Amino acid sequence: MCALFKIERRDDFSETVARLSEIVGADHVLTRIEDVVPYGFDATAALKTGAPCVVLPHTVEEVSAVMRFCREAKLPVVTRGSGTGLSGGSIPVPGGIVLCLVHLNKILEVDSENLTLLAECGAITKAIDEAAHPSGLFYPPDPGSMSISTIGGNVANNSGGLRGLKYGVTRDYVMGMEVVLPDGEITWLGSKCVKDVAGYSMKDLFVGSEGTLGIITKVLLKLVPRPKARRTLLATFDSMESAAASVSKIVAQHIVPCTLEFLDRKTCESVEAYAHVGLPTGVSAVVLMETDGHPAVVEEEAVQMAAIAEECGAVSVERAKDDAHAIRLATARRSAFSALARVRPTTILEDVTVPRNRLVDIVSFVEEVGKRHNLQVATFGHFGDGNVHPTILTDEKDEDEMSRVDEALSEIFDKTIELGGTVTGEHGVGLAKKPYLKRQFDKSSYALMRKIKRTLDPDGLLNPGKIFDLED
Amino acid sequence: MSESVQKFKPATNSKNRVLKHLSDLDYSVVQQCMHCGMCLPVCPTYLETRVERNSPRGRIALMRAAIDGEIEITREFGEEMYYCLGCLACMTACPAGVDYATLIEETRAEVEAQDVVFSPGRRFWRWLTLRQMFSRPWALHWVGRSLWLYQVSGLCSLVRKSGLLRLLPKGLRDLEPSTPIICRHFSDELIQELEAPTKKKYRVGMLTGCVQDLVFSDINRDTVDVLLENGCEVVTPHAQGCCGSLHSHNGDLEQAAIQARRIIDRFDLESLDAIITNAAGCGSHLKHFSPLLKNDPDYADKAHEWDRKVKDISEWLVEIDFRKPQNHPATTQKATYHEACHLVHGQKISAQPRAILAALPGYEWVELTRATHCCGSAGIYNITQPEQAGKLQQEKVGNIEKTGASIVATANPGCLLQIQNGAGKGLRVCHPVSLLAEAYRAEAAEA
Repeated sequence: MCALFKIERRDDFSETVARLSEIVGADHVLTRIEDVVPYGFDATAALKTGAPCVVLPHTVEEVSAVMRFCREAKLPVVTRGSGTGLSGGSIPVPGGIVLCLVHLNKILEVDSENLTLLAECGAITKAIDEAAHPSGLFYPPDPGSMSISTIGGNVANNSGGLRGLKYGVTRDYVMGMEVVLPDGEITWLGSKCVKDVAGYSMKDLFVGSEGTLGIITKVLLKLVPRPKARRTLLATFDSMESAAASVSKIVAQHIVPCTLEFLDRKTCESVEAYAHVGLPTGVSAVVLMETDGHPAVVEEEAVQMAAIAEECGAVSVERAKDDAHAIRLATARRSAFSALARVRPTTILEDVTVPRNRLVDIVSFVEEVGKRHNLQVATFGHFGDGNVHPTILTDEKDEDEMSRVDEALSEIFDKTIELGGTVTGEHGVGLAKKPYLKRQFDKSSYALMRKIKRTLDPDGLLNPGKIFDLED
Repeated sequence: MSESVQKFKPATNSKNRVLKHLSDLDYSVVQQCMHCGMCLPVCPTYLETRVERNSPRGRIALMRAAIDGEIEITREFGEEMYYCLGCLACMTACPAGVDYATLIEETRAEVEAQDVVFSPGRRFWRWLTLRQMFSRPWALHWVGRSLWLYQVSGLCSLVRKSGLLRLLPKGLRDLEPSTPIICRHFSDELIQELEAPTKKKYRVGMLTGCVQDLVFSDINRDTVDVLLENGCEVVTPHAQGCCGSLHSHNGDLEQAAIQARRIIDRFDLESLDAIITNAAGCGSHLKHFSPLLKNDPDYADKAHEWDRKVKDISEWLVEIDFRKPQNHPATTQKATYHEACHLVHGQKISAQPRAILAALPGYEWVELTRATHCCGSAGIYNITQPEQAGKLQQEKVGNIEKTGASIVATANPGCLLQIQNGAGKGLRVCHPVSLLAEAYRAEAAEA
């Protein structure tokens, strides 16, 4: 039937579809080629496969029943939210089903006494922060795709964002969750208690598990008081070293900015060409700094940060006078990805992370690797937490260039590990980083992961082949 | 855009159908989509169903699969391309600058070329509207005049009371109440071919549109008045006809090119500083004649010059620093602004109409929730997809009601009709340029 597009279907496919239709309703089981092709990818570049069947449940009971059926039929299950992942984690598995949870999207409770929020897994990240806002509360993790990413996907990938230095990442806000286990059991992990040491912290096992251990269906999140004021600064430097020096000095002065974002030379050039934000020519680094909190403290910190940047030889320092000015200053950073994405047809975005004090080393290494392999590479990212985004601008149809991309990436990962870093700071391993994970892990920790996977999911049905393979 | 522009060989699928339009498309345009998903939260059809194929990135994936020869152009494929409103909100949200407007137009042209969404009724209506009514100015005027007679003669209410409408197919019967009220006078009767201001600073051409001409000829008159007030000599060739926007958005690129040539020929381009349009849907198309006529040696250069000179009225007024009216209204009215998709997304014009509205004395402007979200009009979408269009209309009208405004301004005939039909007579729906024209008139009356 689908001779053109390669989709593996098992012999019992029609029976499978019938059984799944009984559970979620025939309208919510997609099998037509035009319906399933758009589920063959997520936001990762150059990764695409075929999903024979997409199932869209509306309740946790349906999720559980689907899982029970899949276990009985030995059918692999790939859980998916809005498909904005950047490591290929929700790419379908041959022969298996895609379980898309976007319809479980209710925000169930905002508890302003305990500062928590309970939501279904398909709730949109931005909607969660918006729901917290009227109570004067704040959900800080802000991954780039927050306007459409689902909270379940954020938890499963332990997503980061721009506020990592001061506010941490998704894991720091997960207090509890409801999980459907590979046998279909529905289980609750964690509680609303700030202190809770009853048993293993099992919720933490599922944070960042990328859909390989269970299906997260509800999440209990911690909220914090919404900061009352924010000040924004933009500093430009003629070298990455002087930018790094000022960042180190700011942190050494015990100022913890909520945002410390940088752009390298190549990114600055692209941003200027695309958005004409008025960056001085010949600038090698732009740093966007933001501090939030009590109005008086924020004001004082902004003055201090500007002074430090000037001391460290900033070419220019601009302090936002009002909200509109702040937005204008943030434009350069916000347009970074857009500007780069327009340069070439394929944009490969990486997220290697190193200890903060090694950031300059990795940025200059990336620049050098790009030159050596004759590739266009730009880097931007989060100065405060050492998480950088080397971005390779290429064309997936050009085989020769793509093989040079692979070599360059491999070198970048090796260097990252050598500097004591990690191959992924916020995107997850999925398929894209799987080959490099082994280099980072020692033998026994790698073996431990496999042991955990085999124990929880003995049939290997949940997102098989992601993060690592069960056998060498 | 790309350094390695690749053109794919015409893909042949299993039924040996050779792609006619998609095969000519620059492949890097499809490849530009990073499938990041940033288009999902702004896409009205995705928000309705939460199914990927109803989203821009889903449709682009289908287009790409078709170009790569992985899937066939099927009826399902064709219907999906027509489920899209063409509101272009995705183009504003897209971080990678994907030219979705071109993609959807070329794909619809392919769907038509493959004839996969065939039905005798559809074929007849397409022939009647695209190839007859909207391709000949006199035909449209004739239809407009007949409709006007039907409405003013009392025949309309007689027919409605008589139950004769029950003889019509359901689709048409449901549409009858939303038939626009036709103006007594069309633009050609209201506007001279050449009108001169007291002190001439510019010379501009005026596009009267087709639907605008029949239903909102008063807006055309207001536009000319505002231009005269701002030192523009206005050239308005009579019997202009449709610019081809309707054809282009509905997969008839061949006829769109014919319409484009016709309308270019009506203006002496070199003598004009700008060519003014006041209909967002038309403007969005009128600015892109170059790609349509790129292979026509006689028109390629003219099209380029044309694209450069076409301006939305608000864009032009802000560019020439329009005169701010100084009238003194006795009361203040609460008003809001709905951003027409093809103005804000199609032409990236948002600040200019707002600047005009802000300059008017006597209004308190309340921001509309989801002001840039489609109202469901979307060209002829409310005729072809009434159900989805109705949902968007209700949402829009609901949001307008929440502002407490008694006036809503919007710069596109489709939106004006859609909102007026949804809201009823209690709400005044009008073009920003009409409010400016009123203010100038009030000012003159005060003096």
